[in-house]
Amino acid sequence: MTAPAVPASSPSSTGEMARIPGMKTQRNAELGLLAFAMILVAAYGATVEASRIGEITPTFWVPAALLSILFLGLHFVVRFTAPYADPVLIPAVALINGLGVGFLRRLDIGDALSDKQPVPSVFAGIGGRQLVWTLVALVLAAVLLLVVRDHKVVSRYAYTLGLAGIVLVMIPAVLPASMSEINGAKLWIRLGGFSIQPGEFAKIALVSFFAYYLVRKREVLSLASKRFLGIDFPRGRDLGPVVTVWLLSLLVLVFERDLGTALLYFGLFIVTLYVATERSSWLIIGLVMFFGGVYVAYLLGETVGGPFANFYDRAQVWLNPFDNANYERLGGSYQLVQGLLSLGTGGLFGSGPGAGSPRFVPEVQNDFIFAGMGEEIGLFGLSALLVLYLLIVERGLRSALAVRDSFGKLVAGGLSFTLGLQIFVILGGITGLIPLTGQTTPFLSSGGSSLMANWLLIAMLLRISNAARGPAASGGGTDRAGGGGKKAPAQLHGAMTEVIKP
Amino acid sequence: MNAPLRRAGVVILVLFGLLFANLNWVQAYKADEYRTNDYNRRVVVAQYERPRGVIEAGGTGLATNKATDDALKYLRVYPRKEVYAPVLGYRPVGLAATGIENAENDFLSGESDKLFADRVKDMFTGNNTGGGNVLLTLNTKAQETAWKELVNNERGAKKGAAIALDPRTGAVQALVSMPSFDPNPLVSHDEKAASAAYSKLNKDENQPLLNRATASTKPPGSVFKVIVSAAALQNGYTTDTEIEAGREYRESGAVIRNSEDEVCPGSQIDLKAALTTSCNTGYARLGVTLGRDKILAAAKAFGFEDDQLTVGDLEGGGLPVAMSDTGKIANPDGSVDKGALAQSSLGQRDVRMTPLQGALIAATVANGGKQQRPYLVQKLTSPDLRTIYTAAPKTLRTPINGQVASDLKDMMVSVVENGTGKRARISGMEVGGKTGTAQNAEGADPHGWFVGFAFNDKGEAVSAVCVMLENVSGGHASAEAARIAGLIMEAAAGQGGD
Repeated sequence: MTAPAVPASSPSSTGEMARIPGMKTQRNAELGLLAFAMILVAAYGATVEASRIGEITPTFWVPAALLSILFLGLHFVVRFTAPYADPVLIPAVALINGLGVGFLRRLDIGDALSDKQPVPSVFAGIGGRQLVWTLVALVLAAVLLLVVRDHKVVSRYAYTLGLAGIVLVMIPAVLPASMSEINGAKLWIRLGGFSIQPGEFAKIALVSFFAYYLVRKREVLSLASKRFLGIDFPRGRDLGPVVTVWLLSLLVLVFERDLGTALLYFGLFIVTLYVATERSSWLIIGLVMFFGGVYVAYLLGETVGGPFANFYDRAQVWLNPFDNANYERLGGSYQLVQGLLSLGTGGLFGSGPGAGSPRFVPEVQNDFIFAGMGEEIGLFGLSALLVLYLLIVERGLRSALAVRDSFGKLVAGGLSFTLGLQIFVILGGITGLIPLTGQTTPFLSSGGSSLMANWLLIAMLLRISNAARGPAASGGGTDRAGGGGKKAPAQLHGAMTEVIKP
Repeated sequence: MNAPLRRAGVVILVLFGLLFANLNWVQAYKADEYRTNDYNRRVVVAQYERPRGVIEAGGTGLATNKATDDALKYLRVYPRKEVYAPVLGYRPVGLAATGIENAENDFLSGESDKLFADRVKDMFTGNNTGGGNVLLTLNTKAQETAWKELVNNERGAKKGAAIALDPRTGAVQALVSMPSFDPNPLVSHDEKAASAAYSKLNKDENQPLLNRATASTKPPGSVFKVIVSAAALQNGYTTDTEIEAGREYRESGAVIRNSEDEVCPGSQIDLKAALTTSCNTGYARLGVTLGRDKILAAAKAFGFEDDQLTVGDLEGGGLPVAMSDTGKIANPDGSVDKGALAQSSLGQRDVRMTPLQGALIAATVANGGKQQRPYLVQKLTSPDLRTIYTAAPKTLRTPINGQVASDLKDMMVSVVENGTGKRARISGMEVGGKTGTAQNAEGADPHGWFVGFAFNDKGEAVSAVCVMLENVSGGHASAEAARIAGLIMEAAAGQGGD
């Protein structure tokens, strides 16, 4: 039993993927869910107009219709290039993306009316820009699906991607503050009126690199040397890569002044490492190192100041947001407090779409969009959004479980986990659970980098889920026999797992 | 690799569970607290959604609204600016409100339980009817006279206060404080400008934001002799009782002299003449003879040592009134300090009094010994002008009986007709009072006081007043206060004026 039971089509072929009779693609389910999501988006737009303008204009359906066309386009690309992909991912993401566009348009309408301007057109303002960004992001996602017909191909460019990822992470740290700093966090590249967050793209590149690296090194890294308290600890000399990434993330913490980003990079590395080696000792070492480092940075910020001071200030803001000194201070807790007040004002049911005052929250179109929406859709609406996010992440992890090759498992698992972690970091930040950091809310926040990067991430998950749910298609390697007939992870083409040398 | 992946899924589940739990904390448990938090701008905007009630007196709108086209829909306007500012206070966008605007805020904003029916009606009609209106007791003529005369006083005093009450009810007829401020810049919707205007006023060394009529205490000088007289009359003295006087009185290191040598040089003087001429040596000896406890008891009976009084409506809050205080008059070991007692009997040493307390003393005498609780709010009306509350005068305390009050009235009328308060006389009315010239600091000009009352030709006590001018130059500091007091009472009684 070495070969899969079903004959495989060549993954590197450029032709259409052959559909296997008897296997369900569930593409029609996807279409139905998508239609439902778009009806919700249209209803949201209508409610906004009713409470903001006082009447439902004859064009209320236009943004939802435009979005429907875009998502329908992606749906057809998926139908032909990844027929077995998970049918829930696109509708779930489309609903969040659509509500994001709807909320941004709601801000445009509110701003225009309070300036005594006529209701802006669908393509005007941040809502219109977000529509265009959605178009661009979906085109990118479609291109990725069209070009990358087999996710294992990505591993060929692993080192290039790894280098690109590190460069993307480090650029804002190196640039002067005037070109990289927004609201105290150095996470940006700003050129004129245009700004991108390179870190958003870096996470995909880094996950791909880690996955490739770990598939090759997993045997070495899982080698145990000492057993302590029932946990196997790795050999000292194998700690090198972990220490490197740890240092990198602490550098990010100090020079980009952003705990969230540091946590994100370090978290994604530790998790892929843990998944690859199945050694919980890596998790323990990682967590201790990270939180130890964070605590030391906090103490340094308190005593030494300098590059650590910002971090200490943020921790103070988090601990005592309603303290008057923190509230009044420039760069203090004003934003956090206004976000909390916005959420609290919304209460259980919210004021209804369009009926709140989201503009009291600074940056409500970016980092704080969740707080702004929370005032209008309440705890029930936000809980529904949380469930949608959870659904996307768990669907991604399910693809990771189901896919047959190690690289695919690590990429899908790493990307899903990173997405979940990012949602936790930003939503935890604005609800006061953890110190606030400048992350975007995936698919919701205004801005092109975040939308493009996260749609690329979804495209990657779609591609891997296609491999997971479709007929087994192995690349260059042969599937090893697993115990009890279970399919073992496939090896990567050409790249053999390093074996332990005696 | 599947077991760790499953565990990663559980970790994500736990993290989202934490988010959900925290969201419940913020949006359910803390929701009410956040909804009404001071930092929540929605609270402010909601208050400007409907017009705030109008504050008026005698048919004149003193705090009104102007519709705007910005996010805050109504701008508060104070047409008479500094004249009524110490009473009305102001209601700014971001800062704390003061005065009646603060004390009656619930009613003016429409949030009061008393206006619950109107709010329910709004829910069905969809209207945003305004808040309730406040009608003040102030007599606009008396108020304008008080402000004009205080600002244009003949001695060039820069600081002072005047307050007039109706002795029969306690209704405040006039209340001014100098220097005052224009509240309009403070309520500007441009919060930065408002905040700058506030800090400029707050830093002004003349303290224009201080309500000197109610919130500032000063040594009352000879005005305090009315209290000592009351203590004497309650303890067997009559207006004709001879008391010891003289040019000079030495007691435990304190030296008491009269303001001028021709005042009570003889060794004996009757009580009425002693008050009429404001005989220092006589009253210092009288105070020491009566003893500390009787003086303190009389002062307390008139309202000294009361730190609870507010002047607003008679049911609840209002302008806070500073505590008038006699001091301990004691040696470090607690025994009576006779020197201090002699000086305190002249309203010096540690004796401090608000102008409101001065007016209350005069009003009590004029009202036959009953002290009515002072109030500023005559009526509260709903937006459709239904009366919700009308002030029902309350007796605050009865420090003296009718006989003592009548004797004191005779003595104080004598002060105005024959003595130091002649400038307070009003033609056609019976006026009584007491002057006070209070030393306050080494080398500084004394404060001039006058407390008094006026009876009309029907024998009704129509007004009681207290005027205080700080650091009056040119001698006879109290004479200018007496002149202004006469004009205010005349205006309050509905006579004279321009």
